[in-house]
Amino acid sequence: MKKVLLVLLTLVFAVGLMTGCGGNDTDEPAGADAAGIKIGVNYELSGDLASYGEASVDGIKMAFDEINAAGGINGTPIVPVIVDNRSDPAEATSLATRLMTKEDVVACLGPATSGSFMATIPVAMANKIPIISASATADEGVTVDKNGNVNEYVFRLCFNDSFQGVTMANFATNNLGAKKAVIIQDKSSDYAAGLAKNFKETFTAAGGEIVAEEGYVAKDKDFNAILTNIKGKEFDVIFLPGYYSEAGLVIKQARALGITAPVLGADGFDSPVLLQLAGAEALNNVYFSNHYSSLDQDPLVQNFITAFNEKYGRDPNAFNALGYDLGKFIADAVKRAGSANPEAIKDALAGTENFVGVTGSFSMGADHNPIKSAVVIGLKDGVQSTSVKVEPK
Amino acid sequence: MRALTKKNILIFVGILLTFAIVQGLISVGIISSFHEITIALICINIIMAVSLNLITGFTGQFSLGHAGFMSIGAYVCALIIMRYDSTAGFLMGILAGALVATIVGILIGIPTLRLKGDYLAIATLGMAEIIRVVFLNLEITNGAAGLSGIPRHANWFWLFFFAVITVLTINNFIRSSHGRACISIREDEIAAESMGINTTKYKVMAFAIGAFFAGVGGALYASYFYFLKPNIFGFMKSIDILVIVVLGGLGSVTGSVVAAILLALLTTFLQAFTEIRMILYALLLVVIMIFRPQGLFGTKEINDFFKFRKKHERIE
Repeated sequence: MKKVLLVLLTLVFAVGLMTGCGGNDTDEPAGADAAGIKIGVNYELSGDLASYGEASVDGIKMAFDEINAAGGINGTPIVPVIVDNRSDPAEATSLATRLMTKEDVVACLGPATSGSFMATIPVAMANKIPIISASATADEGVTVDKNGNVNEYVFRLCFNDSFQGVTMANFATNNLGAKKAVIIQDKSSDYAAGLAKNFKETFTAAGGEIVAEEGYVAKDKDFNAILTNIKGKEFDVIFLPGYYSEAGLVIKQARALGITAPVLGADGFDSPVLLQLAGAEALNNVYFSNHYSSLDQDPLVQNFITAFNEKYGRDPNAFNALGYDLGKFIADAVKRAGSANPEAIKDALAGTENFVGVTGSFSMGADHNPIKSAVVIGLKDGVQSTSVKVEPK
Repeated sequence: MRALTKKNILIFVGILLTFAIVQGLISVGIISSFHEITIALICINIIMAVSLNLITGFTGQFSLGHAGFMSIGAYVCALIIMRYDSTAGFLMGILAGALVATIVGILIGIPTLRLKGDYLAIATLGMAEIIRVVFLNLEITNGAAGLSGIPRHANWFWLFFFAVITVLTINNFIRSSHGRACISIREDEIAAESMGINTTKYKVMAFAIGAFFAGVGGALYASYFYFLKPNIFGFMKSIDILVIVVLGGLGSVTGSVVAAILLALLTTFLQAFTEIRMILYALLLVVIMIFRPQGLFGTKEINDFFKFRKKHERIE
């Protein structure tokens, strides 16, 4: 046993030495060197939220591969430094610090979810390296801090939750002619809370009425109690802010109870799992807002879908598309900046005008949020059949 | 009272030296800001593991709810320093966080510590879940979105300071008559009771002290990592802490310290192997547990390996 202990202690020191000395090559100039332009990719590749992180990274990789195949940025290839934050905000902070201080990246992409992204903001501000997320949709605390100042080095490439809530409320009133709505909300998610709040405000302002508000928590399986409650009421639509894992079951159980009213949701519905959980026959009269639609006939979108299919053998979802746009967007900014200097890249990001991406074209607003449109997708027998573009106001 | 024994002076010099060396390396720049995060994690994990070891290792009460106390300390401290953004506010936050955690620990401990073994483990697990769900639904904690933009006041000095305080306090407690009473409960509760030990009192005492330092650990976490959300302090966090304690040895303070350092270095080192890191990590834990089922140190302390004291002097 003493021997084993000795071996283990030796291992401890060996590991200590390696972490102490590994990769301390700080003599090289920051950013562009012979190897290429280093860009940090800090995503949730394991843990609860891995599906979002992986999808985003697939998109980013594809964008970088395309750019590098075409000769890189002015002849210099992009070198992504991909790390896994295990869906843990503290780990995201640690990795952001590692990327910015040890790997000398010129910009960091991700994390995908708002919480982890927010945890890396102080690191970006301290090291003066721009960070961009393609899917951190939280309303507060992302690009603007709690005192209302814009976080200079923080950008995002997606609309926020309130915009989706407003979009779906307008869609319910204008396109479906709804007057009465029921809200069934995921109480354990801030994302759902933001959506529900904005839906309610816009819907009631347009003369609508919320006849019932029900709630569930993530990982619930049986929603019959809630659904029986609302079944006796009179309503035109159900607004269901939450993620696909519960939404799929809610829709299935609602249809089984004979509730045929349209179900509205947001980008949390966008997953093939929704179809698996709800079944094709239940997914009729279901609408959700999203960042892009595969039905869009724009050649840019169709080319992306074909290329993605060739590379990964499946259709891209919104996170793939957002990741792809993010990869192209940062490359575009580095190109416009004319150098791999984080400060110049930050200015280029802030000054973005009419960037054309798969998820729509946009300009960067003064608050570092993009001004871009959303798409409302309608499902028929579980397949995306209609899409309506909603422009920002 | 011989406070200035040769041993105490040696310990004091050792602590000062460790601090000075790391501080020196930080100022020279050999320890970068990235390595500082690893060091911060080590200090927080030491505080968490040593305090859990008091409950689980020394008093023998199997608790799966340590992350619950940590989250109380973290949230209370975060809410205070977001209002009083100063070192005084930071220290006040730590104290308040630790005290609130202690109070909750006592309130929960009195009814649940009647349970034993598996039942207690499930009860404490439930308690941690309740605390998490409360934070998830409170307005002031900003629900599932969590608190962001918490000012960073914890630095190497404070982290080290609190880690040392935790280790010394718990070490001294264990060597006091109260500590021996706790150990006797672990060894045989009925025998301890028949010797006139108020087992409920000592169990609650150990639970309260453990909760206090877990609160301190949580408070330091909050002011080092800028961001809190209830899901950080889930079931897995409690398990992570328990892993450190079991790996170091149930009933060995220095074992917990060494295991905390070892595991933090290991996770940092494995960051380079993105795809297989969790497999490697789990594999190493399995291997260590197969070869050292009693943990790295068992119930021994680190100095027991260097000195051959008479057996009856040891606390085992």
